[in-house]
Amino acid sequence: MNGDRVTKALLFLSSLIILLLSAGIVLSLAGGAIPVFKEYGLGFITSTVWNPTSGSEEYGAMPFIAGTIITSILALIICIPMAFSTSLFISEYYSGTRTAGILRSLVDLLAGIPSIVYGFWGFYALRPLLISTGLTDQGFGVFTASLVLAIMIVPYATSLSIEIISMVPAELKEAAYSLGATRREVIFSVVIPAARSGIVASFILALGRALGETMAVTMLIGNANMIPKGLFAPGNTMASVIANQFGEADGLKMSALIAIGLLLFVITAVVNAAGKFIIRRFA
Amino acid sequence: MKKQLFILIVSVAIIAISCGGGGQKAGKEKLVTLSAAGATFPQPFYNLAFKKYNEEGGPVINYGGIGSGGGIKSLRDRVVDFGATDAYLSDIELSEMPGEVVHIPTCIGAVVIAYNLPGVTGLKLTPELLEGIFLGTITKWNDKKLADVNPGLALPDMNITVVYRSDGSGTTYIFSDYMSKVSQVWNDKLGTGKSLNWPSGIGAKGNPGVSGTISQSAGTIGYIGFEYAFAQKIPIAQLMNKAGNFIEPTLGSFTAAADAEIPADTRIMITNSSHPEAYPITSFTWIIMYKEQAYADRPRATAEATVNTVSWLTGENAQAIATSVHYAPLPQKASEQAALILKDITYQGRPVLK
Repeated sequence: MNGDRVTKALLFLSSLIILLLSAGIVLSLAGGAIPVFKEYGLGFITSTVWNPTSGSEEYGAMPFIAGTIITSILALIICIPMAFSTSLFISEYYSGTRTAGILRSLVDLLAGIPSIVYGFWGFYALRPLLISTGLTDQGFGVFTASLVLAIMIVPYATSLSIEIISMVPAELKEAAYSLGATRREVIFSVVIPAARSGIVASFILALGRALGETMAVTMLIGNANMIPKGLFAPGNTMASVIANQFGEADGLKMSALIAIGLLLFVITAVVNAAGKFIIRRFA
Repeated sequence: MKKQLFILIVSVAIIAISCGGGGQKAGKEKLVTLSAAGATFPQPFYNLAFKKYNEEGGPVINYGGIGSGGGIKSLRDRVVDFGATDAYLSDIELSEMPGEVVHIPTCIGAVVIAYNLPGVTGLKLTPELLEGIFLGTITKWNDKKLADVNPGLALPDMNITVVYRSDGSGTTYIFSDYMSKVSQVWNDKLGTGKSLNWPSGIGAKGNPGVSGTISQSAGTIGYIGFEYAFAQKIPIAQLMNKAGNFIEPTLGSFTAAADAEIPADTRIMITNSSHPEAYPITSFTWIIMYKEQAYADRPRATAEATVNTVSWLTGENAQAIATSVHYAPLPQKASEQAALILKDITYQGRPVLK
């Protein structure tokens, strides 16, 4: 009985630490962001000027918010067909076979590759390929970054979708088969409708991953602090500008970077909450 | 039983680790460890020099290449024994430090214009061309203005892609200091700073990032620390200096740029030198430290090691190392100035150097 109480107290304490940590992160981000919001008000979020030269300093977060949202959404669009078909292949068509097992471990392996390695691959392999299409001079830009981001988030969306699809009750599928449905009909009329909300949620959580990705994006997006002028134009994202600029930043610039961190935190939290809400509500 | 075994293993491990640390210290009892942080621009020189100094019996020096701004911040927060910066501290920055800070120049570095044009070497650039290229008004490699200055070169019909530093950096500061001196348009539009509001082009992180991007992509041009271009064997442009001569970046042309009247506190930018042989984008790089070394409970031994290290760094042996990694050594006037400043550094009011 006593041991039970000790365990309970220990577990409670560990959870409390997590809670305090998150609260501490939010608090210190908000505290650091105060100067820049005092200076520009909410105009900081909508301003498109980022001029760090002392004397004519002016900071706005919009180029980075735009860059983050454009690359993430684009990555999601590219990721959906890949992840969706892979998860169906693994969990329905080849369910339980050796091929599915190997494919599944390969997908998990993709999730384990460090961000910087994806960046390298994008820099040395993908970029020359894009240059050879003639669509872009140097291959840096929003599209290249999105493409690599898409590949990076495929394993998250796929793994989650597989779990959700395999949770569809076997009775439902068997009933459909006994009525003479083909495998394709079962998948599209029974499995997908039953797992729909879960699949949507898995993509939203993958989007959350894409929003915060830093290293690979920094290496490929071109780091131009402006709203991207086109699909192949350079831009920058919130996470990438922080990684690039915090080293030499102080004063108002540091505060601007912290404020961008806070905004990214809020955006990611909202996206994740939306994903969880959909799972809980409809799954 | 399992629990006790676990505790035993952990405690043995802790004891082993702490003994290991102690054992190391006991071996070199008199040695102190210094920590320093700052500019990445002279880091190749510092890394090599500090290693050599340690081998000669000097202290272990941990140098963090976190950028000039970070170096200044670390010194202000008194978490390092000395800092390093490519841009000297302004009067305002000096007044914000908790104590009097002195600058000691350690070597001369240069920022070079590196480019990647298949089959083309020996590019020559004037200040007007630099302004046009980096501000995005000259967009093609076969632009007439470029061709006029480079009559012998077969310049391709290719878009120019400018590559700049995406992170704040002393390299950008030195380059923009020069550009602001030679171009009024630049001064009005971009100004001088460690990071700028670039109108076009792409950003890459750090000197290695910019040089890597240039060497990997045809049609690019950018500014990098000389030793990085040298290490990667990227073609470098000759620049027209103030006297109107096209100058190849060499150690000799860097030293020529430092042939100027150096103020007592050594705070001077030597870009756009009027010396006829001078390469125009050169700069001192500095160590910064407190004039009064007794602060934050630092023992005398640490203060002595700090001053001795910096003194050695400006001396003959270390300057020879600088040359081997493509930084120009300090000219005589500058090293005399450095020696005078070091002599004035005190510990509890008394000079540290004997």
